[in-house]
Amino acid sequence: MKFESTITQIQTDNIDTDQIIPARFLKTISKEGLGDQLFFDWRYNADGSPKPDFILNSDKAKASKVLLAGDNFGCGSSREHAPWALTQYGFQAVISTSFADIFKANSLKNRLLPLVVSREVHQQLRDALTANPDLTVNVNVETQIFAWPGGPEIQFEIDAFAKHCLLAGVDEIGYVQQHEAQIAAYEAQRFSTLNTLAN
Amino acid sequence: MPSNPRTIIQKVWDNHIVAESEAAPALLFIDMHLVHEVTSPQAFAGLRQRGIKVRRPDLTFATVDHSTPTTPRNLPILDPIAATQVAQMETNAQEFGIPYFGFQNRDQGICHVIGPENGLTQPGMTLVCGDSHTATHGAFGALAFGIGTSEVEMVLATQCLLQKQSKSYEVRVDGTLKNGVTAKDIILALCAKIGIGGGTGCVFEFTGSAIRALSMEERMTVCNMSIEAGARAGLIAPDEKTYEYLAGRRFVPKGEKWDEAVAHWKTLPTDEGATYDHSVTIDADTLEPMITFGTNPGMGIAITGTVPDPANIADPLERESLRKALAYMALEAGKPLAGQKIDVVFIGSCTNSRLSDLRSAASVLKGRKVNSAVRVLVVPGSQEIKRQAEAEGLHDVFRAAGAEWREAGCSMCIAMNGDQLSPGQYSVSTSNRNFEGRQGKGGRTFLASPLTAAASAVMGVVTDVRTML
Ligand code: SF4
Repeated sequence: MKFESTITQIQTDNIDTDQIIPARFLKTISKEGLGDQLFFDWRYNADGSPKPDFILNSDKAKASKVLLAGDNFGCGSSREHAPWALTQYGFQAVISTSFADIFKANSLKNRLLPLVVSREVHQQLRDALTANPDLTVNVNVETQIFAWPGGPEIQFEIDAFAKHCLLAGVDEIGYVQQHEAQIAAYEAQRFSTLNTLAN
Repeated sequence: MPSNPRTIIQKVWDNHIVAESEAAPALLFIDMHLVHEVTSPQAFAGLRQRGIKVRRPDLTFATVDHSTPTTPRNLPILDPIAATQVAQMETNAQEFGIPYFGFQNRDQGICHVIGPENGLTQPGMTLVCGDSHTATHGAFGALAFGIGTSEVEMVLATQCLLQKQSKSYEVRVDGTLKNGVTAKDIILALCAKIGIGGGTGCVFEFTGSAIRALSMEERMTVCNMSIEAGARAGLIAPDEKTYEYLAGRRFVPKGEKWDEAVAHWKTLPTDEGATYDHSVTIDADTLEPMITFGTNPGMGIAITGTVPDPANIADPLERESLRKALAYMALEAGKPLAGQKIDVVFIGSCTNSRLSDLRSAASVLKGRKVNSAVRVLVVPGSQEIKRQAEAEGLHDVFRAAGAEWREAGCSMCIAMNGDQLSPGQYSVSTSNRNFEGRQGKGGRTFLASPLTAAASAVMGVVTDVRTML
C-alpha cells in the first residue's frame, strides 16, 4: 500500500466525529453514500449549497488522498461512519499529532491510515505546504515511511498486526474465527465465576 | 501485600485473555455486548453476508434509544428514516435471537441506563457497545468501552475482540464535595484539567474518598464522561454500595450463585502497591459547580469563573482553537458565564437521567417556575426511571414548574430524533458533549449538572445554583 498525493489541510485541533459527520446522518442503515456528508456543517450553507471557501469543496481536495489535521483528530463518538465518510470522499490517510483511540481503531479497519507525526514534523509539513501548496507526499505502508520533496524521510509507527491486515487484506473476523477452539475452551473453563449471564 | 500487585484494570484484563501471541493483539473475551439501532445495522448486514449467527445471543442485549422520539409512545415515529432504523433493529434482534427492549417495551431506555438498571452490568466484566459512553458501566468495576461497527460485527460473530492493552491512569479525588457540587462537576473538572485528549490511550481508575462517597448513580455520571477526557474506559472498584445496588436486579445471580459472584467481585479491587502509568489528583474540597463555555468538554470553568481570553494563550494552535470556539459560541473573552441568557435547558442523557438526577433537578424546581423565555425538557433515561419518578410525583413538580416531561431516550443529547436546538440557541444541558451542532445545527451548549441546569431554567440565565439552595 503506497500512494502519492497532494495534501488537504484542515488545521483545527480536536476535530470531533460530530464535525466529521453530524449525527443526523447516522440514521442510515447502510455504509454507503456518506462521502457527500463529510464535514457537512462546515461544508454547506443552510440552503445546501457548497461553501466555496471550504477546502473540501475544491477540486484539488477532491483529488487528494491525504488530510492534514490538528491534534487529537477523531475525538468523540465511536461512529465508524467517520472513517466511512473520509474514505468515501477519497482520503487514504489522515496525518495528525494524535488520534482518539476509537477513531484510530475504526480507521485501520477501513483502510484509512491514521498517521501520527511529532509536533516538529507537523510544523515542518505545514511550513512546506505554505511554501508550496501543491506539495505532494509519498506514503508507503510497507516501509512505514512518508516523505515529501525536499523534506525529511519520516518513519511512522503502525501496529504490526494492523499493518499485516492492511497489506495482506486479512479479514480480522475470519482470523479470530480460527481461534474457535480456544474461545470454546475459555468459555468451558472460566465461565461460571466470571460470567453469571451465560445460559 | 501480594508479590505481584495488580490494578483492577489489569485483573479484569487478565481474566479475559483467550489467546495471546506475538503476531497479533490479545484476544479478549467479551462478557456483555449492548447493541443499539445506530451503530449495529451494518454489522448485522455483515453477518448475513458471511452467513453466520450471533455466537452468544445470551451475552448480547439490544435496545433502541438514539433515533427514537420522546413523544408519547402511542404516536408513530414520524421520521421515515428513523422509523426504518428502529424497525431494522427489531428485525435483527428477532432474526438473530437477541434479547431486546424494543420501542414499545416497558423497559426501553438508553443502553447505558438499562444495562445497570437490569443488572446486565456487573463487576469484573468486559462490556462493550458500539457507543463511546459505554465507559458508564465502569462504575461497577467492569472494563467497559466503546467500539466501532466493525468491532460490533466482530463481537457478534466471535464474542471476542482483538485488543492492545491500554495504559492505566489513576484519577484520585479526595475530600468532600460542598453543597451544590456534584459528581458531574468532578468529571467536568477532570476534563478541564487534563483536556479532551488527556486520557488518550488510557483507562482511568477513579479512586479516593470523594469517589467512595458517591452513590452508584453518581459513579456512573463520573465514569460516563471518561471518554470526554480521552480515555476509552474509566472504572471504579466495586464495594458494598455496588453489591447493594445490584442485589435482586433482574439479571444478577440469586442465592448461592450470588454469594459466589460477590466472592469473586471482592478479589477485583486494586492491590496495595500496584502502580499506574499515569496519575492526577483532584481536590473535592475546593471544587465548585462547573460549566463549559466552548465547543469541547475540556473547555470548562467554575461557574464563578470568566471565559478565558485567547490573547493569554501562548501556543498558536490552541489560541486559534479557543478563538474559533468563542466565535461559534458568540461569547466574549474575560466575561463571566453566569448571567448569560439561555433558550433551552435539557435534563437527560446517559450522564444525568437517572432517578437521583431527576430528584436533584426537582429539588430546585419545586415551588418555582421556569423562566418564560426558556424551554425545559426533562427526559428520563429509561421507562423504568420514568415510572419511578412518577411514583414519587417528580413529573408533577416538573410540569408545575413549566417543564416538559417526556418519554425515555437520548433525545437532545444527540438531536437525532427531532429534539433539537435551533441555530444560535443556547442551552444548559446535563449531557456530555458540547461539540458544534451536537444538540442541533448551529446550537450552542453549556454542559453542567442537573442542579445548575435547573437553577438556570428558573432564572433564564446561567446561574450558580448555590445562590438558590
Ligand atoms: S444519551 Fe447521548 S451520549 Fe448517551 S448514548 Fe445517547 S446519544 Fe450517546
